[in-house]
Amino acid sequence: MSIIYLLLTISVFVAVVFFIAFVVSVRKGQYDDTYTPSVRMLFEDELVKEKPASEEKKSTVLNQSNN
Amino acid sequence: METCYHCGDDCYDSVLEHQGKNFCCNGCKTVYEIFQEHDLSHYYELQSSPGKTPSETKTAFDFLENEAIVQKLLEFDEQGTQIVSFTIPHIHCSSCIWVLENLQKMHAGVIHSQVNFPKKTVRITFASEEISLKELVVLLSRIGYEPSISLDDFSKKRSSVDRSLIYKLGVAGFAFGNIMFLSFPEYFEVDEFWLDQFKGMFRWLMFAFSVPVVFYAAQDYFISAFKGLRSRVLNIDVPIAIGITVLFLRSTLEIIMHWGTGFFDSLAGLVFFLLLGKLFQQKTYAFLSFERDYKSYFPMAVMRLVRGSKGEEEHVQVYDLKKGDRILIRNAELIPADGVLLKGTALIDYSFVTGEAEPVTKNIGETIFAGGRQQAGIIEIDVLKPVAQSYLTQLWNNAIFSKGSASTFETITNQISRRFTIGILLIAFLATTYWLLIDTSIAFNVFTAVLIVACPCALALAAPFTLGNMLRIFGNEKFYLKESHVIEEMASIDTVVFDKTGTLTTNNKNVIAYEGVSLSEEEKQLLTSTLRASSHPLSRALYKMLREHDVYTLDEFTEETGKGIVGVHGASEIKIGSLAFVGNDHLSSTHTGSKIKPNTGRTEVHIATTDTYKGCYVFANSYRTGMEALFTDIAETNEIVILSGDNDGERDYLQKLLPASARLHFNMKPDHKLAFIESLQKQGKRVMMVGDGLNDAGALAQSDVGIVISEDITLFSPACDGIMDAARFSDLPAFMKLSKSAIGVIKYAFVFSLLYNLVGLGFAVTGNLAPVVAAILMPLSSISIVVFTTLATYFLGSRIKKEKTKVRSKKSEELTKVIFSPRPSD
Repeated sequence: MSIIYLLLTISVFVAVVFFIAFVVSVRKGQYDDTYTPSVRMLFEDELVKEKPASEEKKSTVLNQSNN
Repeated sequence: METCYHCGDDCYDSVLEHQGKNFCCNGCKTVYEIFQEHDLSHYYELQSSPGKTPSETKTAFDFLENEAIVQKLLEFDEQGTQIVSFTIPHIHCSSCIWVLENLQKMHAGVIHSQVNFPKKTVRITFASEEISLKELVVLLSRIGYEPSISLDDFSKKRSSVDRSLIYKLGVAGFAFGNIMFLSFPEYFEVDEFWLDQFKGMFRWLMFAFSVPVVFYAAQDYFISAFKGLRSRVLNIDVPIAIGITVLFLRSTLEIIMHWGTGFFDSLAGLVFFLLLGKLFQQKTYAFLSFERDYKSYFPMAVMRLVRGSKGEEEHVQVYDLKKGDRILIRNAELIPADGVLLKGTALIDYSFVTGEAEPVTKNIGETIFAGGRQQAGIIEIDVLKPVAQSYLTQLWNNAIFSKGSASTFETITNQISRRFTIGILLIAFLATTYWLLIDTSIAFNVFTAVLIVACPCALALAAPFTLGNMLRIFGNEKFYLKESHVIEEMASIDTVVFDKTGTLTTNNKNVIAYEGVSLSEEEKQLLTSTLRASSHPLSRALYKMLREHDVYTLDEFTEETGKGIVGVHGASEIKIGSLAFVGNDHLSSTHTGSKIKPNTGRTEVHIATTDTYKGCYVFANSYRTGMEALFTDIAETNEIVILSGDNDGERDYLQKLLPASARLHFNMKPDHKLAFIESLQKQGKRVMMVGDGLNDAGALAQSDVGIVISEDITLFSPACDGIMDAARFSDLPAFMKLSKSAIGVIKYAFVFSLLYNLVGLGFAVTGNLAPVVAAILMPLSSISIVVFTTLATYFLGSRIKKEKTKVRSKKSEELTKVIFSPRPSD
C-alpha cells in the first residue's frame, strides 16, 4: 500500500506543474488583454489567403513571443 | 440621404462617387484608395463604415523630427529596430484591429504590429532605416488612425501592471482544490484500516497547502485589519482576519494533537471566494484614465524661433521652454506657456480651462495664459514662465492633488461589520463561559468554532458583487466609474454642483438668429453655394440651416484660415467671416448708415456682398436637452448649485430652467470652485461635482464624487471618479436612484448572510461543528449571496433601462422645442 506515497507525489507534482504554468502565463501578460486575441483569432484565415505560408508562420511566432 | 462608405457620416449633397461607393469627402475617399491599393479592402467587410475622416494637418507631427523627442517616445531602439506604443482613440471595432495589425502590407518598414483593444493602443515594431517614427505617425494619420501624443507621454514610465491579485487568486484556488481532494476520505469518515494509516500524511499535506494561502494569498486582509485597528476602526477585514487566524491555528493544533482533520478546506475556500469578490469588484476601463491632469492635454513640443537667427525655427520639448523664448502657435494649436503676444491676431478659446464660453481676442503686448487654443492664424509669443509655473498649472500645486483620494467615507460594509464584530466576540465569550461551567473539555472548541462560522464571508461578498455588477451595468449605459465604492458615495450625495460651459451646454454651436438687412434670394443662393465649399464647423452649421436653397458651382472660392471665405459667381462676390475680414472698416451698413461695432461675447458670422455689409448670423452654445427635467428630478432629493467660469449673461435663462431653490454663481475661477466645494463640505454636505474641463479639475478632486461629462469619452478629461457620455447626461438622476437601490440590495444581502451565520452559530455554540458542516456552509452561503446580488442588480438594471427608453422618447419631443425656441439675448 506504500504505492500511495508515489501516487500522492505524482498527483501533487502534476498540480504544481499546472500551477507553475499558470504563474508563467500571468507573468508573460496573457491576462493583460483578454479581448483582442479572441478577435485576432478570426483573422488568421484572411492572413493565409494573402500571404505566403512562410511569412504567416513568422508572424505567428512573433505574435507568441510578444505575448 | 447617402452615408459615407468609409466613415458612415451623412454625405449631405456633396457625394463623391468612386467605384460605386459613396464618400462624404476627399479624405475618406483617399483612405479607401490607400486600402484598395494595398489589398486591404477586407477592412470594410468586417464592419460597415468603420473609418474616420483623416485630419488634414500636415505639419502637426513635424516635431517628431527632433531626435530627443523621438527617443522619449520609443520603447526599444537597437540595431535599426525600434518599438513604439501609441494610444489611438479611434480604435473601436474588429476592422480597426485587422487593419492596424496588417500595417506591414502598407509599408515594408513595419515589421510587426499588435493591438491591445481594451486599452486602445497599438505596439509597432519597425525598421528605423526604412521608416522613421514621423513617417509612421503620418502613415497612421493618413488612414484615419491618428495617435494621440501629449506631454503625458513624456514622463511615461513602462508601467508595471499589478498582477498580485491574480497570483493570490491562483494560489488560493490551487490550494482550495487540492485540499478538498485530500480531505475527501475524511468527509465520509470511513473507518478503514489503510486510510487510518495514511491519515497523518494527508493532514500534513493539507497543512502544507494552506501555508501559502494564509501567509501569501490572505495577507491583504491581515494588513487591512491591522491598519483598521491602529486607526480604531473595526472594518470588515478584522473579523475576516480573526476567522482566518483561528481557522489556521485550530486546524494546526488539531492535526498535531491528532484530534481531527481541521478546517483547512474551509480556510482555503474562504480566502478563494473573498479574493474572487475582490477581483470582480476591480472592473477597470483600460481605455479610460481617471487620473489625468493638464499633462495629457498639453502638446509635447512646440515651434520655437532659434535665438539670434532670422526666422529660423526648431521644435523643442515643451519642458525645455525658458523665459524669453519666442514660440510660434498655429491655428488650432494649444498655447503651452504663459507669454506676451508679439505678432499676429490672437483669438483664444479658453472654454476648457476657464469656462468662458466665447473666444477672447488679445492684442499685441497683452499677456496670454497657457491652456487656451488659438483660433485664428499664426501668432508669435514671448514666453514669460516655464510650463510648470504657468497660471493654469499652478492649480495642480493645491494640496488636494497630492493628498490622494483617501476619503473619510465609511462604507456600508464597515458600518455593519463594526456592530457585527462586537456581537460575535460577545457571543464567543458568553458561549465559552457557559461551557467552562458545564464541560471544560469542549469550551476551547466552542470558542474557536464560533469565531470560525462567524467569519463574515458572505457578508464580505455582498458589497463587492452588488457594486461590481452595478459598475458593469453603469458601464453598459456609458457611465464609467473609477471604482465600485463610488456607487456607495453617490447614494449618499445631498448636493449636486454643476459647471455650466461644456457641461450644461454642448460644444456644438447652433445658429440662433440673423441680424441685419434681409438677403435676397440670389444672395442666399450665393451664400449657400459658398458655404458648401467650406469645411469650417461654423460654415457647416450654417449650411445645414440654409440647405433648402438651390446651389450652383462657384467661379472662384478662397478660404483664409481663421478669417473667412470668399465666393465669386459671375459679377457678384460674397465675403463671409469675421467682422474684420468682411471689411467693416471701410464699409458702412446700408440700413443704419453707421459703423457696425463688433459685439464681443458672441460668436458671429458676418456677411458682405460686393462691397456692401449685410449683417451677421449669431451663434451660441446651446443647452443640452432635457436639462429642465434633469434639474426637477435631482432637486427632489438634492440641493442644486451652478458654478460657472463665464459671465452672468445667461442668469435669467438658467433661472427659468432651474428650480427656485437652486443657487447660481458666476465668474468663478478654478480655485474659487475648489474653495466653494470645500466650504459646502464643511457645512456637512456630501457634494457631487459635475464638470467637464480643466477649470473644474480642482472642484472634481475636492468633491466627494466628481463626474466628468464628455462628448467623446476617449478624448481628454480631467481626473475624476466617473466619466459619463454626454448623450446620457439627462439620465443622471436615474443613475443616482440606481445607486441608492444598490445599497438596498446590499442591505438585503446582509440580512441573508446573517441568517447563515445564525445557523452556523447554532452548530458552534452547541459544540457540534464538524469540519464537513463548515465545508458545506461556507461555500453555500457565499454562492447564494453571489446569486442573490447578481439577480437583484440585473433586475434593477433592466427596470431602469425600460424607464429610460420611455423617458427618452418623451424627451426627443422636448428637444425639438428647445432647439427652435428662441433663446434670450445674452
